[in-house]
Amino acid sequence: MTDRRTWGCRRLAVRYGATRALEEVTFEVAAGTIAAVVGGDGAGKTSLLRALAGTVRPAAGTVRRPGERRLGYVSAGPGVWADLTVDENLSFSGRAYGLDAAELERRIGGLLERTGLAGARDRLAGQLSGGMRQKLALAMAVAHEPDLLILDEPTTGVDPVSRAELWRLLAASAAGGAAVVVATTYLDEAERAATVLVLDRGRSLLEGTPDEVVAATPGLVVEGTDRPEGLAAWRRGARWRAWSPGGAAPPGTSPVTLDLEDAVIVAQLREDQRWAA
Amino acid sequence: MWAMAMKEFRQMRRDRRTLAMMILLPVVLLVVFGYAASFDVDRVRTVVVGPRAEQVAAALPERLDVVRVAPGEGRKDAVESLRDAGAAVAVVTSDAGQPQVLVDGADLFSARSVVTELRGRPGLPAPEVLFNPGLETSAIMVPGLMGVVLVFVGTIATALGVVRERQSGTLEQLAVMPFRARDVLGGKLLPYLGVAAVDLAVIVAVGVLVFDVPFNGSPFVFALVALLFLFVTVGIGVLISTVSETQGQAIQLAIMTMLPQILLSGLIFPLQAMAPGVRWIGYLLPLTYFVQVARGVMVRGAPFEALLFPLAMLAVLGAVVFGLAVARFRRDLAPSGRGHGAGEAGAGQDEAAPTRAAAR
Repeated sequence: MTDRRTWGCRRLAVRYGATRALEEVTFEVAAGTIAAVVGGDGAGKTSLLRALAGTVRPAAGTVRRPGERRLGYVSAGPGVWADLTVDENLSFSGRAYGLDAAELERRIGGLLERTGLAGARDRLAGQLSGGMRQKLALAMAVAHEPDLLILDEPTTGVDPVSRAELWRLLAASAAGGAAVVVATTYLDEAERAATVLVLDRGRSLLEGTPDEVVAATPGLVVEGTDRPEGLAAWRRGARWRAWSPGGAAPPGTSPVTLDLEDAVIVAQLREDQRWAA
Repeated sequence: MWAMAMKEFRQMRRDRRTLAMMILLPVVLLVVFGYAASFDVDRVRTVVVGPRAEQVAAALPERLDVVRVAPGEGRKDAVESLRDAGAAVAVVTSDAGQPQVLVDGADLFSARSVVTELRGRPGLPAPEVLFNPGLETSAIMVPGLMGVVLVFVGTIATALGVVRERQSGTLEQLAVMPFRARDVLGGKLLPYLGVAAVDLAVIVAVGVLVFDVPFNGSPFVFALVALLFLFVTVGIGVLISTVSETQGQAIQLAIMTMLPQILLSGLIFPLQAMAPGVRWIGYLLPLTYFVQVARGVMVRGAPFEALLFPLAMLAVLGAVVFGLAVARFRRDLAPSGRGHGAGEAGAGQDEAAPTRAAAR
């Protein structure tokens, strides 16, 4: 079992040549919890995860992570060997982390059961659907029961049912004591995490529990059927939402209860305004 | 159609490697076929031994470039000179009668030119061809061809195998696993070395049994040169993989390293027939030394000591190329130097450091 430790980074900077991918990012994830890292393309999610996993050298700051044998990682790519079977992928990964044959067999059996891959045991990973492949990648990353599990957008391009199953597996890992860090572009998923870190242009924009992030949003978010004049607005389903910094609802709109998606969009708009200024 | 051509031109301009290959390849071919593609050997290294060595050496045709005159030596020493590749022709003189002319049949084109020259001149003795009496092309091509096969397996298969990991995103996965760079590389290369060994055994067997290629030397020396050569070719493969993003790029680069080796190593065109400016390129290529040793061992039965120089050259090339390849591969795989214990450069503390993987 893992002890109740926290992993993460302090004032982390990552640079690729002259490109500043991350600056001054501080982030923590406690054992037994899930932390979501959200942000648009180029926000720095992958750089943060790579720095946490140790495949990118930080330019500044410190990283706290368990030893490499206590780390599980699912990269943004397929992360599985397409020309090996499900079974062979799991065996390779387990053996790489030093599991003996009997232990490996026991864990593979349990993982195949939990991921619903038992029927696909002898299929080549390259022939699996996107959702199944991600479940295999996750199973490979947790076979050695890591203390810190890092996943880079594991649900991108995956159907809703498989997404729900993947999150169920992540929750199970956290319940088992692992600290789980997930990068995602889906904010409804991020709401399920214990803490959320919102990145924008390599900097930390918001951080806290989903409720704290929502509560910290200044002004008012309103909703109406037409696009409100003079306010920054965005589509939400068939309706329009807009951010009113002063807290006044324009005619034809009504205030809404904020969710994480609204909070992140507002934060992003404020950041855009700041950069424009 | 114009839009299509413009799009293609823009893509071509950005694909620097293909562009380089399209521009460089004709230049390389021009140089090779202009300066190197010649079977005509003008000067043949010759030793003259026996009591009348001085006198005979002075009277030899110009083509025979006398590199050593040794009146105190006899036929046995002359044969040894040929076996050690110190010369391609040995003239053995005696107090009475015509001198004997021994020719190294493993040095096919020198041998042919000498045989033609001497047979065309009445009064000169008929040459005796050693090691490859029938002057068979297969006897010298098969040993060299083994090198080409090793280049194929070593360079192309290795580069493709490593790049496949990068292209499919699994190299990043390997980077996070508790492997050391040398375990990843070693484990990755071992199967290719195995395949290369089987390939080699098959070619030797086919060469000897089907093409009647002699195998006069020590199998151990042959195994040693094959191993050294594989190190270089595999190192080149890994090096190529570290600068290639896709398998297509890897193949392009592999071809660019293979072509000069095949054309300038002495495999097809004799090194002595090349212009000096091109010949030195040949002396930088690993296949050159493999061909020398393989022919020496198989055809001439040359002893280990006589092959020290090419073996040492292969060892040096192997150390340089493989060292570079490992350094680059390690940088790709573990940029943060995920060591245990204190401080990554400027940053990063690793906590809790259990021992490294046992399963490799």
